[in-house]
Amino acid sequence: MGIRMIRRTTASRRMAVLAPMGALALAIVLNFLLYIVMGNDPAAVFYALLLEPFVSWSSFSEVLLKMTPLLLIAQGLAIGFRAKVINIGAEGQFILGAIFASAIPVWFPQATGGWIWPLMLLLGGVGGALWAALPAFWRVRLNASEILVTLMMSLIAGQLLAYLLVGPWKDPMGFNFPQTVMFQWDAMVPTLIPGTRVNVALILALLWTALAYVYMQKSFQGYQLVVGGLAPHATAYAGFSEGRAVWLSLLIGGFAAGLAGAAEVAGPMGQLQRGIASGYGYAAIIVAYLGGLHPVGILFSSLFMAALYIGGDNAMVSAGLPVAAVRVFQGSLLCCYLAAIVLVRYRLVRDGQEVTA
Amino acid sequence: MSALSFIIAGMLAAAMPFLLAALGELVAERSGVLNLGIEGMMALGAVVAFIVVRQSGGHAMGFVAAGLASAALATVFAWLALAVRANQVAAGLAIGILGQGLSALFGKRYESLTVPGLPKLSIPGLSELPLLGGLFSQDAVVWLGLLATLAIWATLRFSKLGLVIRAVGENPHAARALGYNVIAIRYGAVAFGGLMAGFAGAYAATVYTPLWAEGMIAGRGWIALALVVFATWMTGRVVFGAVLFGAVSLSQLAAQAGGVALNSQLLASLPYIVTILVLGAISANKRLLKINGVASLGEPFGR
Repeated sequence: MGIRMIRRTTASRRMAVLAPMGALALAIVLNFLLYIVMGNDPAAVFYALLLEPFVSWSSFSEVLLKMTPLLLIAQGLAIGFRAKVINIGAEGQFILGAIFASAIPVWFPQATGGWIWPLMLLLGGVGGALWAALPAFWRVRLNASEILVTLMMSLIAGQLLAYLLVGPWKDPMGFNFPQTVMFQWDAMVPTLIPGTRVNVALILALLWTALAYVYMQKSFQGYQLVVGGLAPHATAYAGFSEGRAVWLSLLIGGFAAGLAGAAEVAGPMGQLQRGIASGYGYAAIIVAYLGGLHPVGILFSSLFMAALYIGGDNAMVSAGLPVAAVRVFQGSLLCCYLAAIVLVRYRLVRDGQEVTA
Repeated sequence: MSALSFIIAGMLAAAMPFLLAALGELVAERSGVLNLGIEGMMALGAVVAFIVVRQSGGHAMGFVAAGLASAALATVFAWLALAVRANQVAAGLAIGILGQGLSALFGKRYESLTVPGLPKLSIPGLSELPLLGGLFSQDAVVWLGLLATLAIWATLRFSKLGLVIRAVGENPHAARALGYNVIAIRYGAVAFGGLMAGFAGAYAATVYTPLWAEGMIAGRGWIALALVVFATWMTGRVVFGAVLFGAVSLSQLAAQAGGVALNSQLLASLPYIVTILVLGAISANKRLLKINGVASLGEPFGR
């Protein structure tokens, strides 16, 4: 006896809430089986990975800090994903944002003034958007897949970062470490909550979320982008070109990722170093999908993914869990989610059972 | 040894990870399924093969284990894309991230360790030729890989199985009307793609550079994906593209051997830059893509 999938006449709201939770539960079970096989104490890992990030204010503030870049990047990517413009190169756009922002403190280490960090963030956004502009051009003018070109641009960005850090931008007093000088005080994003590392960039990320909500859910252009993703021919008839959707999606996504990169160097990093390329750009793809490509959903998924990072660090220290386990969790969670989310649009029916629409 | 003969001697080995992975993806895409997870499948195959060879299981066992592991991962993708009808792009990315995570997890204890490579098998006479001689002195996997290429080409082009795979990719509804099980054939093609990606990763980690380093696949899976587009879904052109990229990726070593002072980061970026340029040049010819492309690529098939 088999099971068939029957398309629902309307998407199930109940399933839209239940399916992600079911996916999370399944991912937890699968990953903890893996931890047991690897010889880690499951109870200790469970506490450190999933609970500890939320139990103390100091660790929760670190979650908020980690959430900031994920939220910024994922909101930008989701706009493109809904328009069927698949930018998977946010990592490179993030790196370029960090590089552009670093230009000011590297070239003008003596500069002072309250204008420095806002200008750095702006430059970062511009850098990210520029890095995304080439794939946009390649797609619109040359018909080349933005999936491949954005990814290649990320790999090139990694090499560019390495070049700057061992070459022209290396700190001359830095004992030959591949990193720039430490940034001056005015090149740092102001701290938001005293005693923590949470900074003003979190406010920007939340504002960005509100903006994304208004843009995607309420504005006509956002509506055109979504419909263009679902039915390209229909929007083409309505005079909305596919090329414009590609440019908008990639420039918005690139700007957001670049801004996040700038906020990272001008925030927790305090200098440009190799550690900046830590995979936020790839993790944000998962965040975007887990959030259902919806601005509000992404708010929750970015919080959860940030907690997973902090929990992963905790579990490494207290339970000896390898760092890579977090990436396995992320990948398997997305697989579980993609499987579960189908129940929103389909129902499962046993063969032979009567089907009523 | 001159830089040119160095590249000629090494390009087939350098091409092997691209070639094996791209041929597997070619078969999957010919059946109408786009699997973006090659990089992750290669990374998983690489670590599995490395561990098996390191535990002195031998290269043959390492390749088999790698192929099976990656085929299993590909089957998870196939289940998501075909049975559940999830978004193929998202499912491919998810599998890719999962594969890379598993690779880093399993490989952690093997970081910077080495395994013995494979000896070169030379064709007597030909391998003594000036300049071109190195081309005829390759390890066993290269020779087998070239044979496999021939077999895949012949299968796709002349056999009934190849015809059915292509029919399923061109027009799944017609293929179904003729009585073929579209979903089962696509499962098989995707699993085959995983098997080949596993071999490609195994070659990269245990033969080409027999040293474990996290992230050692370094975008080669994505380049393999691009190669399928460059080749406009034709086997012969996949071989040409793979060898070209093998030669390009050797340029860094060749430049050092030839004493050329070029920036090493720029040289490392060369394969990515070439990918972007070639992708632009080929894709701009929309007619070529339309004639040779796979009509139902990436589209879910429902009942």
